[in-house]
Amino acid sequence: MSNKNHHEKIEKSVGLLGIFTIIAISFGTLVQITPLMYLEETTTPVHGLRPYTALEMEGRDIYIREGCNNCHSQMIRPFRSEVERYGHYSVAGEHVWEHPHLWGSKRTGPDLARVGGRYSDDWHYAHMMDPRSVVPQSNMPAYPWLADRVLDGRHTARKLEVFRMLGVPYTDEDIAGAADAVRGKTEMEALIAYLQSLGTHLK
Amino acid sequence: MSSFWSAWIIIFTLVTLVICFVLLTWNLKNYVGVSEDESTGHEHDGITELNNPLPKWWTYMFYATLAWGLLYLAAYPGLGNYQGFLKWTSSNQGILSLEESEQAVIAAREAGLNVQLDREMTRADEVYGPVFRQFAERDVLDLAYDEDALRIGQRLFLQNCAQCHGSDARGQRGFPNLTNNDWQWGGTPDKIRETLLYGRKAAMPGFKDALGEQGVREMTAYVLSLSGRTVNQRDAEAGKAQFGMCAACHGIDGKGSVAHNLPFGAPNLTNNIWLYGGSAADITETLVQGRFGEMPAFRHTLGEDKVHILTAYVYRLSNPEPPKQN
Repeated sequence: MSNKNHHEKIEKSVGLLGIFTIIAISFGTLVQITPLMYLEETTTPVHGLRPYTALEMEGRDIYIREGCNNCHSQMIRPFRSEVERYGHYSVAGEHVWEHPHLWGSKRTGPDLARVGGRYSDDWHYAHMMDPRSVVPQSNMPAYPWLADRVLDGRHTARKLEVFRMLGVPYTDEDIAGAADAVRGKTEMEALIAYLQSLGTHLK
Repeated sequence: MSSFWSAWIIIFTLVTLVICFVLLTWNLKNYVGVSEDESTGHEHDGITELNNPLPKWWTYMFYATLAWGLLYLAAYPGLGNYQGFLKWTSSNQGILSLEESEQAVIAAREAGLNVQLDREMTRADEVYGPVFRQFAERDVLDLAYDEDALRIGQRLFLQNCAQCHGSDARGQRGFPNLTNNDWQWGGTPDKIRETLLYGRKAAMPGFKDALGEQGVREMTAYVLSLSGRTVNQRDAEAGKAQFGMCAACHGIDGKGSVAHNLPFGAPNLTNNIWLYGGSAADITETLVQGRFGEMPAFRHTLGEDKVHILTAYVYRLSNPEPPKQN
């Protein structure tokens, strides 16, 4: 057997194979992801973008906890069918302060990227308590316990601090007042506040 | 995109393609010193491994994908700031407001760019726009009795309004019935259109502090009496004495703001039609915590032409007969 068979070295060494695999994959990351983190077009907030209020931040975490993003995307694609139904397609500047973003990919329910202002608070309450009461053909589960569970605001300030560390412009007052802003509110109120804040800047 | 990142993307992408080409070519050579279909000398339990390279057509397909990749990168935007010779893009990027988005559509058109979304929207407007515009030019009172307009109106209603008002438009608790000719904000075509375009925000404050527990009970009795219900007369009299604070919006006769030509959205309390329920308990709840109904705006979602047709549909719901011609 010829000793010119260099490929055999890679085939027989798992460590070497791993290193080369990482190098190969990293090329895709370097091209597709790295520039987006530094480009002006993808890091400039849209006009009027504001950080989540303390209550919206708690609502966002409830959204994540209940797995809303498993059935609802927050990413309006630039197709006529989606733009006519949901509004302007999603743009990078709307998501610069999202950590992590909740774009999702499973579209069982409607896209929620611009649900803010689309329905009234009362509607969201009725819909969360029993989706079939307002949309008879809906297959969304009901979330009645959100109306009973009350927030204590124990971690709210910390959540805002972490977001500030990640570059979201929260002020000291925002963080100092965070716990009081949510204490005593129900999870339902928090989630509705969050939903009403979604995508309102390009409407 | 800055020229640094543009160059970064171009270099990494092309280098990757070159590496793939080199790796493939390099690995197609026979380094094992055993010709095709000969034994490599590996044998386990009577099973011999032959030198069995990839079929030629398979490896040529790998070259074909590389060529396809280069062709694609030449045609479509993939290499940094290079737009591709087709001048195609899916949508306008780097938008920070709706105004910028509208300007970008015009700028792209002038630059001869082929923006997929804009093209779809333009084409849809060419095909469907005239249909809606043809209806938009006609009077609402005319459209409300036109079968074609009503069919379009019904579909728009089912897609956009039924979530709150129900598919039969009879509403539910907190969401008004549109079929009974009782209006919070006015039932003329102009008022209906205004409601659809710009939305409505109702605000009935809570009166728990102003009235107190006993005051709320008395006011509940008086409000019930306005629609002819039998109540404790002494409570109702006491409530009536306090009704001045309600009259500011509902009118001193309780007939609501529409009857008095006022734009508050305060419902008529005398006709036994209740948005939040007409039991004593419901009315007490309304008085204690207030009500804040909200109708979203549909100006951006639907646009004026579709709202025009929808106005006719909603008007027709409570006006089954055309108005008498003079």
